[in-house]
Amino acid sequence: MSTAAPPSLYFPGRHLLTCEGLSAKEINSLLDLADRAADTNKQVNKKRDVLRGRTLINLFFEVSTRTQASFELAGKRLGADVMNMNVATSSVAKGESLIDTAMTLNAMRPDLLVVRHHAAGAVELLAQKVDCSVINAGDGAHEHPTQALLDALTIRRAKGRIAGLTVAICGDILHSRVARSNIHVLNAMGARVRLVAPSTLLPTGIERLGAEVYTDMWKGLEGCDIVMMLRLQRERMEGNYVPTSREYYHFFGLDQEKLDCAKPDALIMHPGPMNRGVEIASTIADHSRSVIREQVEMGVAVRMAVLEALARHLPNH
Amino acid sequence: MGKDAAMSGANGAQGADSTVFINVRLIDPASGRDEPGGLLVADGVIADLGGHLRRNAPAGAAVVDGQGHILCPGLIDAQVYTGDPGQEHRETLKTASFAAAAGGVTTIACMPDTEPVIDQVALVDYVQRRARERAIVNVSIIAALTRGLKGEELAEIGLLQRAGAVGFSNGKGSIANTRIMRNALLYSKDFGALIVHHTEDPGLSNGAAMNSGEVATRLGLPSVHKAAETIVLERDVRLVEITGGRYHASTISCAESLAVIRSARSRKLPVSCGVSINHLTLNENDIGSYRTFYKVRPPLRSEDDRVAMVRALAAGDIDVIVSSHDPQDADVKRRPFAEAADGAIGLETLLAAALRLYHADEIGLLPLLRAMTINPAKLLGLPGGRLEKGAPADLLLFDPNQPWVVDREQLRSRSKNSPFDEQKLQGRVLKTMVAGRMVYQYGS
Repeated sequence: MSTAAPPSLYFPGRHLLTCEGLSAKEINSLLDLADRAADTNKQVNKKRDVLRGRTLINLFFEVSTRTQASFELAGKRLGADVMNMNVATSSVAKGESLIDTAMTLNAMRPDLLVVRHHAAGAVELLAQKVDCSVINAGDGAHEHPTQALLDALTIRRAKGRIAGLTVAICGDILHSRVARSNIHVLNAMGARVRLVAPSTLLPTGIERLGAEVYTDMWKGLEGCDIVMMLRLQRERMEGNYVPTSREYYHFFGLDQEKLDCAKPDALIMHPGPMNRGVEIASTIADHSRSVIREQVEMGVAVRMAVLEALARHLPNH
Repeated sequence: MGKDAAMSGANGAQGADSTVFINVRLIDPASGRDEPGGLLVADGVIADLGGHLRRNAPAGAAVVDGQGHILCPGLIDAQVYTGDPGQEHRETLKTASFAAAAGGVTTIACMPDTEPVIDQVALVDYVQRRARERAIVNVSIIAALTRGLKGEELAEIGLLQRAGAVGFSNGKGSIANTRIMRNALLYSKDFGALIVHHTEDPGLSNGAAMNSGEVATRLGLPSVHKAAETIVLERDVRLVEITGGRYHASTISCAESLAVIRSARSRKLPVSCGVSINHLTLNENDIGSYRTFYKVRPPLRSEDDRVAMVRALAAGDIDVIVSSHDPQDADVKRRPFAEAADGAIGLETLLAAALRLYHADEIGLLPLLRAMTINPAKLLGLPGGRLEKGAPADLLLFDPNQPWVVDREQLRSRSKNSPFDEQKLQGRVLKTMVAGRMVYQYGS
């Protein structure tokens, strides 16, 4: 199996902390690489050795199943030694500060550090204190770069392009790092971004990031190529930001009637995990135009591409 | 209920499909019309009006000779508490509607403070059905803004509005949690929904029986400073500024609150306000020796505040006059003042009490009636409150000068807690029509 990257690879960054400022060239480079990884992943022997000898640490301060598994698989398929730090039962639970944790980990000489943290900016703070490459796997309501990249890859593979498409991101924009990363990536790629949510779930000034805002979902979905749903965190939402999940589903849940406002070939996306019957009708989640499962598949490929791209900047001796 | 009432009127005891009022003084605050004339009602709506109908009744129409009295749009009372459902011994929709009809009120907006609270679609449906079956005037519903009126979780504003709620209120309580109030304004904006808020800081007003000042001190009653009202109002206006939600302060009562409203208006914020008839015509001195029929919420203020409210009404700074009709039975009123329930009935005396201000030369008839007709109609998005072709035939014929003495036992409300009992008022409702059907006639 070839380990050679396409000659066009252009990704000068040492870390992947944010999508803000990524150029179309950088994103396309990563997506090209991910495309190849996606093909490799369809074969019986999925293993390559570009990260042989390298150590990847998954440092998750917030519970995650799919993202952590996806990074673990991506690292293993590229030949790295992967360690998952279960932070909930580690010294962090005993009161160690973020910086102390970073210094401790740094002393173990990892090459790649994948971090998820509940506080916005925590991953960047950590990146300043360690010598390895750091990948943001989600920091608070700030960013989740690999999710936006896997969404872009899914769209590009299904539609053949991203530029010129209209993408509606619907739901809890306020608390969503996925939405913020997607706004940056989609704008860089030349898509038109719409945000659809009740005003209580729209952060102030979000339109300045490059999006049109709709509080009426029927209007917001009109003529869209992509309908991207976000998860509603019911436990912290109900009664406060939205009255009930019943009312939310009525006005902001994706059902056939609202989907019919979008283009007839519009794709349905969701970063997971889904609340069926809250933000998305069960039949819509399983719709023929739903690419929700492809998103998960592309997740591994994109994370392989990111690891591979960052590994090129690692010192070799 | 407009259509149904029109149908029953057409098929009911009245017999005729059309009625013509001749020889009346037409007053329509919406258009500024004030002229002698007549008005033709057909199929439950106003078919024609003007000077040409003053003496000429069209053939086939039942004729009502107004004898020069005033014909104006039926009053719209934007704040009425009933006990229906749950406290029917205080008032039902039916008894409230009879009191309303006798007071010239053709639409009552019912508050959500019932048992259970009107915070679900099924309860809106229930009240609408009860109103259709029992009430003789139009009933609009102001639904709960928060679940159980607890001020903690938003009610289903979108679904309740679709079910027919015309506004959202936290009833007799203010929302203490600023974040909830902000989210309520922000969320309701998406639906163009109106928030009607009672402004009174609960931390300050808790346990208070009346307005702070000399009278309360003499009486030895726990009291609340009027700043409790203005503090919440000011906070709310700031929130309107950042959210853009439609906001109506339901019953303001002091000069300081007026300043807040004026300032909000000058900044073009979607803010309006109402005042209760009690705060326009009574003051804290009326409490005298612990008369509990004068215990209301917000509490009656000083005479200076009352005068300020009347002037603001005349100047157009106050949009709406409400009766704040709140029936309370003897069990909860015949108690030591501090332990007695708040509230006064007012539907049947609303017009005559308001005319006190007119007779005292404090305000003209047009601005006075505007605050009880077209202004509440616009506020709540109702089709009535105006005299124009095609508008619902919700009408009030009254003699502004006829004197009478209030006898609470004669009032139609199920509860008799009227602060105007035994008082001489001037101004009599002669006829009240709802959707073309006569629902009240003086003396019959």
